[in-house]
Amino acid sequence: MNARPIVFAACVLALAFFGGCGEKPTVTVYKQGQYQGKPDNVPWQSQPFNNDKASWETAIKARNNGQNEYLRVGTQ
Amino acid sequence: MARMKFLCDAERCIECNGCVTACKQEHEIPWGVNRRRVVTLNDGLPGEKSISVACMHCSDAPCMAVCPVDCFYKTSEGVVLHDKDLCIGCGYCFYACPFGAPQFPQDGAFGLRGKMDKCTFCAGGPEQDHSAVEFKKYGRNRLAEGKLPACAEMCSTKALLGGDGDVVADIYRTRVLTRGKGSEVWGWGTAYGKPETQQPAQPPAPKT
Repeated sequence: MNARPIVFAACVLALAFFGGCGEKPTVTVYKQGQYQGKPDNVPWQSQPFNNDKASWETAIKARNNGQNEYLRVGTQ
Repeated sequence: MARMKFLCDAERCIECNGCVTACKQEHEIPWGVNRRRVVTLNDGLPGEKSISVACMHCSDAPCMAVCPVDCFYKTSEGVVLHDKDLCIGCGYCFYACPFGAPQFPQDGAFGLRGKMDKCTFCAGGPEQDHSAVEFKKYGRNRLAEGKLPACAEMCSTKALLGGDGDVVADIYRTRVLTRGKGSEVWGWGTAYGKPETQQPAQPPAPKT
């Protein structure tokens, strides 16, 4: 008796049986009033600051004060 | 670090639309979507005033409150952002926003309304910083580069200020004290008049 059809059928059945195991849930379970999306990281985490919050704050402060022309021209 | 805020000085804004152009260019915003725009009152008349408007990153954001899928979140710097993978484009946030900040791309047939797009304070979104995916969905992440929003940084008259709310308030206070006028930031008083000029409440109708 040729075993190939039986093996083939077994493989197909196994694929059909275990195929669902890799399935991820596609329906979001909503929790009222809570952010449901992907988490975001803090701005100083990546390049060029590499988790150095102090240097990021220094850079932002310098940019902030750069908007004050009274500071830029040195009248204060 | 305090909360990130925008402030537009109506005494300085010259309606050049440079902020609008800078925003469009920085994030490669599609046609029909305006994250920022300039509103002018009494256009062409003496005393006209202009103000640059975008998402104000409200402390108690109404868009966050009404979103049926809760796709909004607030960063530690007070920037209101959203996850476009969750957004269903329903438009509730547009109805709730007092500034008309949420925008909906309409690039398909039959008036298709896409996922909401709005000003991110140049802080990207919930994707890996500086990645191509983040740029495509949310635009450039200048905040993670140690920079402030492009619109405020390139404003030629520095009418539009952006950044740490305390510093922005200090700059504006110094400016008003130096020039001696223009302390009224646009808000309730500008729109509806000062409390003393309001009409007195109508007396209740007599009972018959």
